[in-house]
Amino acid sequence: MSIKVEHVSKSFSAYPALNDVSLSVRAGEFVALLGPSGSGKTTLLRILAGLEVPELGKVWFGKRDVTADKPASRGIGFVFQHYALFGHMTVAQNIAFGLDVMNRASRPSKRDIARRVLQLLELVQLPGLAKRYPSQLSGGQRQRVALARALARNPRILLLDEPFGALDAKVRRELRVALRQIHDELGITSIFVTHDQEEAFALADRVALLNHGRIEQFATPEEIQKAPASEFVKSFLD
Amino acid sequence: MTAAGLREPAAAKGLLILVAVAYVALMLLLPLGAVLYEALRKGWEMWWAAVSEPDARSSIRLTLIVAAIAVPLNTIFGVAAAWAISKFRFPGKTALIALIELPFSVSPVVSGLVFVLMFGAQGWFGPWLEQHDIHVIFALPGLVLATVFVTFPFVARQLIPLMTAQGSSDEEAALTLGASGWQTFWRVTVPNIRFGLLYGVLLCNARAMGEFGAVSVVSGHIRGETNTMPLQVEALYNDYDFVAAFAVASLLALLALVTLALKSAIEWRYSDELAAIH
Repeated sequence: MSIKVEHVSKSFSAYPALNDVSLSVRAGEFVALLGPSGSGKTTLLRILAGLEVPELGKVWFGKRDVTADKPASRGIGFVFQHYALFGHMTVAQNIAFGLDVMNRASRPSKRDIARRVLQLLELVQLPGLAKRYPSQLSGGQRQRVALARALARNPRILLLDEPFGALDAKVRRELRVALRQIHDELGITSIFVTHDQEEAFALADRVALLNHGRIEQFATPEEIQKAPASEFVKSFLD
Repeated sequence: MTAAGLREPAAAKGLLILVAVAYVALMLLLPLGAVLYEALRKGWEMWWAAVSEPDARSSIRLTLIVAAIAVPLNTIFGVAAAWAISKFRFPGKTALIALIELPFSVSPVVSGLVFVLMFGAQGWFGPWLEQHDIHVIFALPGLVLATVFVTFPFVARQLIPLMTAQGSSDEEAALTLGASGWQTFWRVTVPNIRFGLLYGVLLCNARAMGEFGAVSVVSGHIRGETNTMPLQVEALYNDYDFVAAFAVASLLALLALVTLALKSAIEWRYSDELAAIH
């Protein structure tokens, strides 16, 4: 599903976190929001998820204006930097959560939910871990579970907030490959936040470079490297 | 310095342990033992007669009723306050935290007097209440109000640091997964705080049943009607009816022991999860 952000502004107490930001993402695209801390990239992602409400501007998913929609009704999957897995639930219960909370009329049967959980564990390459608790998993495994959980309701849009931020280099590379494969396989639209330029360029179709609540450049990695749009972009790449 | 030099001498260690144990024995165990000893001095039959006598029974019933109203109220408000403080930013937050802790720093007698001042016959709402034949002071509502006031901080104070440390990302995750606010609260928040909550409720209950000062002011000491267990103990003691006084007191001591046992059981069983609280 395509995403369109129109003239969005948001401020926290005094300082502006986002200042008149516009962005257009094509359906099926993999986009990175890249920038230093405090650049507004996470705020933009949270606005897309509905976890923050913009003061000005609109957000469109396809032809639908979702600016005022709650996170629950946006049809998104969200992955947090520190996993945010539910510690008192098993891996299977975590993954099934999004299906379990559906109202009775639209909720799949118990057996269908169990089948879907196994299928998702297969997708994130963690078969056999259904009965474990999050505290018994490594960081990389936890983030895979979080990814499976976010995908349970077949979202058309996947939002990831520094998804590799808490992982070490080797696990990070493995998970990166896995994420890109899943993205291509499912044909969803993915947006992820990172402060790691190498990661953004390696993974994304297009990269939006943010600084002080504005988008400095939004282009493919090749274009950005060939023609940096501003002094900031040039200095950030060095 | 060598490792041996860092260690305190064996004599000092032994002395410290001895002092600590002796102090606990003298200040805590001896009085507790004395209560039980005095209560049972004339045998189980006298003990049973004392606690099953009508006025004693009425005081036990009243204490249970007061706790059964005050503890759920403070649990609900404690969770709500802790939720507001830990999950939202708003002006006056620090003032609200200070206010929640206020009952701990106010003398219980003053806590009781406040309600007499408001609802007593000479109080602000006294004449109006009298006109409408509503009894607050020297009646159950006054006892409940004073108990709620005194025990208000227990649940909230237990939960605020815990919920602040946990942050909101679990709740946010639940919301993005399609859960309603209600589902998020029951399926994610409550399980996350369950032991801190249980702990707070236990302490709140122990204090609610044991409170003397504030309750004493609003009770009026009518035997068989407005005397809670601690007040009944005092009344019996003032009558020189020591066996009966200690018999009722032994029930309160028993409550303390049960609370302690439950608390220790929670700590032992869920030490990891509780580590986040302190």
